[in-house]
Amino acid sequence: MNSLVSSTPMAPVQTGVQAGVQAGGARGDAARGEPAVPGGPATEEQYVTFTVGDEEYGIKILSVREIRGWTPESRLPNLPDFVRGVVNLRGVIIPIFDLRARFGGGATEVTKRHVVVVIQIGERTRGILVDAISDIVTVSRDQIQPPPDVETGMINAQYLSGLYTGADRMVTILNVERLFAAVTGDVETEEATIGV
Amino acid sequence: MTNLDQFKQTYFDESAELLGVAEAGLLRLAPGQVDDDEVNAVFRAVHSIKGGAGAFGFTELVAFAHEFEAVMELVRSVRIPITTDLVDTLIRANDVLAQLVAYARDDGKPPDEFSAPVVEALRRFNVEDDDEADSAAERAPADPTPSNDTEGPETGLVDGTAGTSAQAAGRGAGGLVPVVTTPDQQTYTIVFIPKPDLLLSGNDPVFLMRALSRLGTIAVTCETGLVPPFAHLEPEHLFLSWRVRLTTDAAVAEIEDVFEFVSDESSLEITTEVASGDTDSSIDMVSDADASLKADSVEAAAASATVSATGTVATADRRRASGGDGGLAVHTIRVDLDKIDRLVNMVGEMVITQAMVAEHVRDLPPGSFQDLQEGLEQLAQHTRELRESVMSIRAQPVGSVFARMPRLVRELAGDTHKEVDLEMSGEATEVDKTVIENLVDPLTHMIRNSIDHGIESPEDRRRVGKSTRGTVHLSAQHRSGRIVIEVADDGRGIDRERVLAKAVQRGLIPSGSGLSDEEIDNLIFQPGFSTADKVTNISGRGVGMDVVRRNITNLGGRISVFSAPGKGSRFVLSLPLTLAVLDGMVISVGAERFVLPLTNIVESLRPRHNDLHSLVNRCDVMMARGRYVRLVYLHQLFGIPGAVLDPTEALVVLVEAENGERTGLVVDEVLGQQQVVIKSLEANFRRLDGVAAATILGDGRVALILDVAGVQDMNRRSSSGRARLLAAPPVSPIQTVEV
Repeated sequence: MNSLVSSTPMAPVQTGVQAGVQAGGARGDAARGEPAVPGGPATEEQYVTFTVGDEEYGIKILSVREIRGWTPESRLPNLPDFVRGVVNLRGVIIPIFDLRARFGGGATEVTKRHVVVVIQIGERTRGILVDAISDIVTVSRDQIQPPPDVETGMINAQYLSGLYTGADRMVTILNVERLFAAVTGDVETEEATIGV
Repeated sequence: MTNLDQFKQTYFDESAELLGVAEAGLLRLAPGQVDDDEVNAVFRAVHSIKGGAGAFGFTELVAFAHEFEAVMELVRSVRIPITTDLVDTLIRANDVLAQLVAYARDDGKPPDEFSAPVVEALRRFNVEDDDEADSAAERAPADPTPSNDTEGPETGLVDGTAGTSAQAAGRGAGGLVPVVTTPDQQTYTIVFIPKPDLLLSGNDPVFLMRALSRLGTIAVTCETGLVPPFAHLEPEHLFLSWRVRLTTDAAVAEIEDVFEFVSDESSLEITTEVASGDTDSSIDMVSDADASLKADSVEAAAASATVSATGTVATADRRRASGGDGGLAVHTIRVDLDKIDRLVNMVGEMVITQAMVAEHVRDLPPGSFQDLQEGLEQLAQHTRELRESVMSIRAQPVGSVFARMPRLVRELAGDTHKEVDLEMSGEATEVDKTVIENLVDPLTHMIRNSIDHGIESPEDRRRVGKSTRGTVHLSAQHRSGRIVIEVADDGRGIDRERVLAKAVQRGLIPSGSGLSDEEIDNLIFQPGFSTADKVTNISGRGVGMDVVRRNITNLGGRISVFSAPGKGSRFVLSLPLTLAVLDGMVISVGAERFVLPLTNIVESLRPRHNDLHSLVNRCDVMMARGRYVRLVYLHQLFGIPGAVLDPTEALVVLVEAENGERTGLVVDEVLGQQQVVIKSLEANFRRLDGVAAATILGDGRVALILDVAGVQDMNRRSSSGRARLLAAPPVSPIQTVEV
């Protein structure tokens, strides 16, 4: 782990996230997934966007460590299907989650074109399997609308940080922290135990 | 500034060690049992802490250490009697000192009057002898003078190098053979302690002594204290050691050269004699000694005597001698743990890479690239050795944890009004640092449990005809690649009736479930179980043994309990030696591969039809070596598609958990043995049932390392309702709070 962090060019990402949270200011709010306050300071943030099916999602670029091609996973026993398995990321074992399966779309049929977005949440590194990376967008905070209270398509609103509507597209900004808290938290534990 | 910080860090590190030394010494202090060395060690420890504190300006620390030291001085000079009260006070003082050091380290200020009560207690002892103490203080500086006086003549002697044999003999220097020194010459004491197998490598101490005699005049004393009784004599072993006084103008390096070829097989210590004026010109005596030495070894060999070679050759290290009082050679260095961890990680990566290369080479046509194959084999061996060396850096004697226990026992015995002796063995057993760090809590719990629940009160013990003093035995040993730690007491044992009643009362088991004794004993590991009728501050909150079990499981260990009513209980912990690498067997099930720890594997076999039997509750058993073992279908348990379903087509790996339970694991194939680096699944994910950890195989893919006992538990839970209760509670996965 040590060696990995120190040898990874994107290691500062982690500090960036933490700094954001600690600052508790505009960036901190965003990091915690609070809806942007309209009329607040127009801070610009960058998001990596990617597609799953026809939908486009975004993750704050500061939590993204790297994008890598698909490598075959090793399955983990008795877990829900959205836990794809684990892979070796330069000597560190990280779990891979299938975003499509997470949102009820069934397991992704992986091809060479599929990619894994490796994200860093706190001390933990995880991978999300998505169809393709589409863009990096720079968005000012007031361009992000709070998520609607209702379920958006197949995603529960609590996993969303907000919605960004560009000229010809809508990007759903994912709240990765909450998304993963749900995936590895107590909810999943129950499912896992039932699986046993 | 950073420099100063560095020094401070060193000071705090050292203080921690010194506090440990002081505590250990104090704990051994008891009325009527005063070991001067121990007392001195404590005194020196306190004194050193005070000295360092002064240098960094930790005034409160200095003030307190001073009070502490003053009482220790009285103890040292045997002017106050050792009483239990005194020892208790000193131990408390040591605690306060430790806390003050901690405050100083964290730049915090201790609360006002923090140390006042203890200072007062200390002064009580000090005041009694206040006058004497003062006069002692006055005397103290004077002390060196007389000793200087006594040394005076000696020094004079050396200076003059005029010591005659008569004078030397007159001074009766305990059997040492005097040697004449000339001004350019130096006298060295060489202590040469060969290892027992020195002779096996074709070396002979006689030649070494001869070579030494060519350097100057020598006097040899042979130590025979280690020669065992004849019945135990190992003819080819050397049990002797030698002390040589060599007067020569040769340099230390020349002396060391003599021992160059035996340096691996012996311990050599060369010291310069400064003050000694033992002189004699009797070269005859020297050669006599040489001759008798020869005779010794010849005789020894002839008489198939074990020549125990404790040959300590002392080389005078001039650098050391000139180095003043910092004269101790440095045998240890402090290394930042991070650096070692990085090293461990790198070695881990190397093991993986090596496995990867090996896998590719295996695919080459047989017979080709002979050199490559051989080279690779060597590499594999070197990697293994490197790994072992690196791991040994992290290994620490388990004694560092054990050392905390006497204190605990002492306090608990006091609190519970019981008389308890703690016996310890195997303190030198080494185990990885991570394991050590995680052992403290479980061991503390277990010892508490033994004293609180196991050991009876003195009256009760007398009533059942036991000695009033109970014994808790703490031991550690290596057993088949694991460390086994036992906490055994000679108390009343587990009261099964009460345990059973309690378990029913708490709803842990339905009443009337006919459990075996062993199953009842294991109920104490259930969460929420506690038999103590009253909640004490020692135990009885019902969070004891299940927490112990959880901690141990998290370390990849197991805990089991054996109890005999009226005779005592024995808790046995079995832990992996290292949390970094293990020897494993790679197996496949469907498309998945798993690693089984080699220590769990008994054998693997392909069952025939008539070996297999089906029990009523759908549990299959197999006859293996005259014993029925339960079969566990890994594909079923883990939900793996595409596996071989028929055991007669598959393989059964007979595995044995640390508690001796055997199970037949049905797998598709056994792919081969391999050293694997243990990688954490929890670091980025979480713990999984039946899985100890993960690793990376030669092709870069991840494989899960199976936890045999965990798999057995899972199987039990899935196949039997009653067993579900007894199986380890599903360990709540370690969840980290997401930031």
